[in-house]
Amino acid sequence: MRLRIIFSKTEAMRYTGHLDLYRTWERTLRRANLPLAYSQGFKPHPRLTLASALPLGFTSQAEVMDVWLENNLPIDQVERALLRALPPGLQVEQISQVETQAPGLQARLVAAEYLVTLNQPYSDLDARLEKVLSVASLPRERRGKPYDLRPLILDLQRQTDDPEGCQRILMRLSAREGATGRPEEVLLCANIDPLAACIHRTGLNFVD
Amino acid sequence: MLNPVDIQQRLDRILPRVRKPGRYTGGELNQVVKDWDKIPVRIALVFPDIYDLGMSNLGLAILYDLINQRPDALAERAYSPWPDMETAMRQADIPLYSLETKHPLSQFDIIGFSLPYEALYTNVINALDLAGIPIFASERSENHPIVIAGGHATYNPEPMHAFIDAFVIGEGEEVIQEIIDLYQGWKSNAGGREELLASLARIWGVYVPSLYKDHYEADGTFAYIERLDQRAPLPVFKRIAARLPPPTTNFIVPYIDIVHNRIPVEIMRGCTRGCRFCQAGMITRPVRERPVAEIVTALEEALAKTGIEEIGLLSLSSSDYTQLVQAVSERFAGRHLAVSLPSLRIESFSVDLMDALKNTRRGGFTLAPEAATERMREIINKPVSTAQLLETARAIFSRGWSTIKLYFMIGHPSETLDDVQAIVDLCKAVLAEGRRLIGGRAQVTAGVSTFVPKPHTPFQWVPCDRIDQIHAKQDLLKKGLRGKGLKLNWNNPEETMLEAWLSRGDRRLAEVIYRAWRNGARFDSWSELFRYDLWLGAFARTGLEPAFYTHRERPIDETFPWEHISTSVHKKFLTEDYLWSLQGKTRVDCRERCFACGILPNFAELRRDNPGDVWQCPEVKSKRIRIRDLAPAGEMIHL
Repeated sequence: MRLRIIFSKTEAMRYTGHLDLYRTWERTLRRANLPLAYSQGFKPHPRLTLASALPLGFTSQAEVMDVWLENNLPIDQVERALLRALPPGLQVEQISQVETQAPGLQARLVAAEYLVTLNQPYSDLDARLEKVLSVASLPRERRGKPYDLRPLILDLQRQTDDPEGCQRILMRLSAREGATGRPEEVLLCANIDPLAACIHRTGLNFVD
Repeated sequence: MLNPVDIQQRLDRILPRVRKPGRYTGGELNQVVKDWDKIPVRIALVFPDIYDLGMSNLGLAILYDLINQRPDALAERAYSPWPDMETAMRQADIPLYSLETKHPLSQFDIIGFSLPYEALYTNVINALDLAGIPIFASERSENHPIVIAGGHATYNPEPMHAFIDAFVIGEGEEVIQEIIDLYQGWKSNAGGREELLASLARIWGVYVPSLYKDHYEADGTFAYIERLDQRAPLPVFKRIAARLPPPTTNFIVPYIDIVHNRIPVEIMRGCTRGCRFCQAGMITRPVRERPVAEIVTALEEALAKTGIEEIGLLSLSSSDYTQLVQAVSERFAGRHLAVSLPSLRIESFSVDLMDALKNTRRGGFTLAPEAATERMREIINKPVSTAQLLETARAIFSRGWSTIKLYFMIGHPSETLDDVQAIVDLCKAVLAEGRRLIGGRAQVTAGVSTFVPKPHTPFQWVPCDRIDQIHAKQDLLKKGLRGKGLKLNWNNPEETMLEAWLSRGDRRLAEVIYRAWRNGARFDSWSELFRYDLWLGAFARTGLEPAFYTHRERPIDETFPWEHISTSVHKKFLTEDYLWSLQGKTRVDCRERCFACGILPNFAELRRDNPGDVWQCPEVKSKRIRIRDLAPAGEMIHL
């Protein structure tokens, strides 16, 4: 059976990279004693797919993963087994069964939403954000390749401050293959130090 | 002083800026966090290298588990920060802290360092400095933690004597309990530090260097050690556990990739093969084996707790694992579990064993002939014939492996360039067998390290190769082992020199280590960070001659600065074995026949109380044991 798990990634787990997260899930499913399916062949690997890599240091409440099990089990039984086996920093938000032949997660991903909490206040925050949105293009470079960040910003707005009075920004960025906007790049365009901000993913958007 | 909350806040600011921040967070599955204020004895266990290496260290995992099982003690972990993190920590004034509760190391009662090898010494000093604990033991007061070190390198503790309050010589499982008990009693009586050290010294297996003084001959060689406190033992006998306790199964599951991503289980401690270059084989005697059922149960438990996808069955040498392999492969079949075995005997039966494991991941097959000519193998007492090696290689290739890894050493006593050339020829002969059987896929990887003579071994007298000799030998290897299907790995000769100086060093080297650290030396086992010039500079400043420690052939009657540390293997036995090596005389596996190395006479009582297969030494029934009962008449050489 194929399961879709929506999970949070918080605490120290935010420093676990994409590949290490696969391994962490494999171990979690093994501890849960769930019949994780493995690929055939010379070097079998567990059948897990994460929708989108979360950059190191970001937290999230909306990561999506598909898992293949060798046989069918009631969802609540899977959930109970998983809850006992989860490591600190991973929480299961939702589990559902999906069609085995349903299209892959990565191909259907279109956008990601982020909530950015700033460690230090900017008195002109609104103006900074407006300036980013007002231009027609934002030429940037990533790994030596030039690209335009502006069309990847689908939404950018100030949120109400958090209870502790920290400023917050909401972003919705394109997350299509080959057209992925990175929230820290958006911050840099607004002249905000990304290392002085907590970036939290609040949602992943898929097309049907 | 910073409290854990301050440290956490400062960390939150610097972690996004450093490489692999997952090394510095703690909080992993199965870590143990206790209520700091309610626990009387707090111990920080430190591996003085990065997390990735330290988390793979079985010794510390065992101690962590044992200490945390006690309701009156806690153990937390700390590792060396990589230089980028060290810089960030020093800038933010963050002291070295424990991963579990972020307490500064200086707030612990006891700091326990693991010292498996010498290249970690400068990192110990750096860790103390980062923790704000005085580097020199003599400068610590009642307000500072007691600094303890254990591990294989501490069988010659002298070069580190100035920095460590007490060394644990030998196995830690039992002695740690006695140290905690003693510490707790001392703490509640509010005694002085000297009183604590003097009491520690009376625990079997504990060496307190400040209770002894070193003396030298006019020529600079070591003369004798003087006891400053008559209650301190001389010699200090190593500690052993008469029976191996059940294996640890509470492993912390790291958030990030580490060096060994596996559950390690020791299937046996000690070694009966008697390879003369091998320090581990001499210092970990006697051989004690774990029952197969106990190993399988422990693996089952550890797998359930961790979910880790690989198990490593550890031992120094291969014995007859048939039963174990059978039990493991039956129990864990179909669970997508990789199993690694220790280096196997060079015989085709080993291939049957590996086959039986039906590993899903099939890497290279590793054999360790250590030398390429039969003459050389007789000198080092690893008698395997070349024909046997080639036959084993044929079995490996024909059973589906395409890569054979061969481990050798250069620099064995009396080695010539012909013996080195023989390594090239042997690798090529193995490759030729592979080509014949599986064609162009066949690959041979030669791992050629440089031999460093170690204390407490039959080769403790021999000179280490000079750098120019090592270069000549490595050049020969590099020239010979190139081309399709051949790969060569070797060690940097300058790093070998460091290991050689420190391995057989005396107390005077403490100043060299300190100066090297002051000059900036750290992470000496990392080629990209090792700086030979800093060490040469440190030697020059102290006026000590590096070659004195490495290239000198020591006279057979020289007193060594590590002789007051007793492994219970008699010097007489080591001397005899050394002289035998010069004659090319070998010894069989001592399971077949006891050579009276000294273990039994020293531990006769322990053996008598633990009869049967627990030890691989002969039984001791009577109260007294005579050496002539152990070795057949006429076999002893009297010196």
